[in-house]
Formats: sequence, structure tokens, C-alpha cells
Amino acid sequence: MTTRIVELRRGILKKNDELAAGLRNRFTSAGVLVLNLVSSPGTGKTAFLERTLRELRARGAHAAALVGDLETDNDARRLAASGAPVRQINTHGICHLDAEMIAKHLEGWEEVSLAGLNYLFIENVGNLVCPSSYDLGERIRVALLSVTEGEDKPLKYPGLFNSADAAVITKIDIAEPCGFDRELALHNINEIRPGIRIFETSAKTGAGMDAWLAYLAEQAGPA
Amino acid sequence: MHELSIAASIVESVTESASAYPGARVKEVRLRVGALASVIEDSLQFCWELATEDSPLAGAALVIHMLPVIVHCDACGADAEIAGVQSFRCPRCGELAADLRQGRELEIESIELEEPDPVEEQV
Repeated sequence: MTTRIVELRRGILKKNDELAAGLRNRFTSAGVLVLNLVSSPGTGKTAFLERTLRELRARGAHAAALVGDLETDNDARRLAASGAPVRQINTHGICHLDAEMIAKHLEGWEEVSLAGLNYLFIENVGNLVCPSSYDLGERIRVALLSVTEGEDKPLKYPGLFNSADAAVITKIDIAEPCGFDRELALHNINEIRPGIRIFETSAKTGAGMDAWLAYLAEQAGPA
Repeated sequence: MHELSIAASIVESVTESASAYPGARVKEVRLRVGALASVIEDSLQFCWELATEDSPLAGAALVIHMLPVIVHCDACGADAEIAGVQSFRCPRCGELAADLRQGRELEIESIELEEPDPVEEQV
């Protein structure tokens, strides 16, 4: 018997990364800004996205959403109330979305042509660990954190927060009763991802949504 | 808990690479995993056994080389390894450092194959 060492130097998720790169090219040439929203379950991704979709629509922008959950189409139905085209992705036990699921759900989505969209939001499965490894072809990864979760969440999940391009603090309308330490939360986010843009929002009262929408418009560039 | 998906991706990739060496058995698979890759070593080892069971890779060892985070500091120009993943500050000057140079790796570095010796076969 002889032993041979074969150098591979190959990304474990190479297949996903290649697929995601292909999607990113498609999104870029169609001129659609794609965002991947990631948080724990219960942070308020859906409420935040619902409000975002409504406000974008009111401003005459075209936005659509893909929403990932293990089971049920409850979130898709909630989001569809905004009037935006929405498609549910059920992962049936898988704890994250991957590029293949995105590609598959873009196929045959009759109400949506990428070229006609300004924004496509992908609401990931509620999970702060696994989605960080899977590129979905997005341009902006958004990490969300609610005031009910504890200011040290970014320190507990550095892999995800460090990979984010923007951070959103949700439910600030109940910050006070929750004893939320705003300064500490901002400090912790910045320790993990120095210089990241942070938005403090409430989907309920609309606080902070203007700054968030202005950021979206700025990132999307001139229509 | 995505270690099972990761393990399955490694099996797929290694099986494909090893198929270029007919008759060879994969003895060891060596990985490079960054501290920020969100992969837990023990969990991946556990899933590796599950994913390779009853496959041509059964019995192959998984060797995981964990890599610390290295940041580039714009303030002092140093590339430096940070201790842990709780604060992205340059260990030399204490400034926040956003420029990551290492820490997200999730790759198969190499595989070790055991091949039947062609000379012995002729005897």
C-alpha cells in the first residue's frame, strides 16, 4: 500500500458559493437590490419586513420577498398583506436557506420578474448560527436584534454579526420596560463588526423607518 | 446544527475528488476551519461519522485544523491574531479593526489516500 496526499484547498460550500455567485450576477444585471435578513426566532423580522414592504410600496418602489421557515406559510400570508409579491420557502427541518433554494423559488414565480424589481428581501429561517455560512447571492446581509433579547447577543453570535453589512435593532418602542441598555448594545455590535451601519426601529410605531428606507434607496442607487 | 449539511458537503466533495484515484481508500480528510465559520468541532466530528457511515468514506478520519481570527489594523498597519471572537480590536494598538484577513475559512485542505501498490499487484 502506498499513501498519497492530495491537496484540494477547496471550499466545503463551494457548490453553494458558485450558485450564489451566479445569482448575484443575475441580481446585479437585473438591477435589483437583494437583502438577506437574519435573526433569532422572535426578533420581529416579519413585522419589520411587512412594514418595510408597505412603506416601499407607498413610495412607488417595487419590492418582493422570499420567506424561509421550517414549516407553515403563515409568514408569507402576513407579508402578502402588504400587497407585495411573496413566496414561502419551507425547508422542512433544515435550519438555514441555501442558494439552491433561492434559485428554485425564483423559477416560475409568475408575478415577479427580477428586472421589474427594485428590491428583493430574503427572510431567512430564524437562526443566528447556520445562515452565516450560506451565501444566498445577496448584496446586503442584515442582522436583526430586538430589545427583548439582551445586549450581548452580538457577542454570543459573533460569526453572524461579523458577517453582516447592516444591523437593525427592532421593537425599540418597548425598550424601556425591557430595561434595554442602548449604549451597551451599540457598543457590542460595534466591537464585533466595527463601523457597521445600525438602525434603531419599531415596526409598530414606525420609529427609525425613515433612516432605514433612506439607506435602502441609497444602496439601490438611482432608479 | 448545520454541521450535518457541512459533513454531507464534505462527503460529496471528497468522494468526487477521490474518484480520480480508482482503488484508493480515503484514510484522512483535513479541514481548515476559521473561528468565525460558525462550525462546532465536536458537532462536526459527530456528524462526520453519521454522514460517512455505509459510504466509501466510512472509517476515514476527519482532522479539523481550527484557525484563529487575524485582522488588519488600519491604524497601525499590523496584521494580528486576536484572542477569541469577542472584540475586533488590534492587539497591538487597541483600535477597532474591521478588516478580516483570516477566520471565515471553511475548506478541505487535503485528503490522504491509501492506494494499492501497483508493483505488489503484479507479483
